Amino acid sequence: MTDTWLVVGLVGGATMLIKAIGPILLGGRALPPGVSRLIGLLAPALLAALVAISTFGYGSSLVIDERVLGVAAGGIAVWRKAPILLVVVIAACVTAVARALL
Amino acid sequence: MAAGAEERGHRHGVRATLPLSIAVLGFGVSFGVLARAAGMGGVAPIVMSGTTFAGSAQFAATSVVSAGGTVATAVVAAVLLNARYAPIGVSVAPYLTGPWWSRFLHAQLVVDESWAISAEGDGRYNPRVLLGAGLTLYAAWVGGTTLGVLFGNVIGDPNRLGLDAAFPALFLGLLAPQLTSTRSKQAAALGALIALVLTPIAPPGVPIVAASAACLLGWRR
Repeated sequence: MTDTWLVVGLVGGATMLIKAIGPILLGGRALPPGVSRLIGLLAPALLAALVAISTFGYGSSLVIDERVLGVAAGGIAVWRKAPILLVVVIAACVTAVARALL
Repeated sequence: MAAGAEERGHRHGVRATLPLSIAVLGFGVSFGVLARAAGMGGVAPIVMSGTTFAGSAQFAATSVVSAGGTVATAVVAAVLLNARYAPIGVSVAPYLTGPWWSRFLHAQLVVDESWAISAEGDGRYNPRVLLGAGLTLYAAWVGGTTLGVLFGNVIGDPNRLGLDAAFPALFLGLLAPQLTSTRSKQAAALGALIALVLTPIAPPGVPIVAASAACLLGWRR
């Protein structure tokens, strides 16, 4: 129980610091033009990494399972400009159905 | 960006985030269920969601503790998973003005989803959208955790419902509007590649931080 609270406190404190360090040190100041050109590519790079890992990652291995079908269906919905809620629902339903059938 | 011509405000942040909040609420429920089952009790998971506000790190820390790992291992795992928030924090820093405590509080509302929604393209971020989106997601996350803790035994594991595929699809939906130039598509492809290559060989979280190196493509004009 004590360990639980220690983990809660330390993880919470560390996360707050990580999130705040940029805004506290650099808040309100423009980044040099070279750096902001790089920062413009951060969103596509990190979001694509999150897509890849949450589709294929299973702990520290890569697997192909029912999620791939759901994400592929969601991808078609994104491409057809479906609203995001529909995208998520389609992905979840396809995955759940595949999991029940396969 | 399409919506960025006029001022997007707090309300835009809230409205744009509501559909995602349903998925985040479900994810919060699964965290509550899992943390309770891992022997964390009822209050600690809710406090953790309120202070850490970062799903994957919370799941990782909880699973380390429930597997009998040390406090240090749990904290290191969470720090690695959240390390991406250091460069993400730098990206929003120019748009967070005001006293240090206000910048500190705004920074806490930055999660992957609120960050992506507040992006206006070309590396610009809208702090009002970030605030609206962040508060909406925060309510969903902490509320979901509370529901999971309270009613976990009734609800069961939400992953059965395909929730684990909802997240990649959600990130895909957030990624699509970012792919406005050849360069951004290259950065996305390289980011995904780095993450996949490193997943089997690096500790969880490291592949995602390492993927930020893909933005070095911006050095070449």
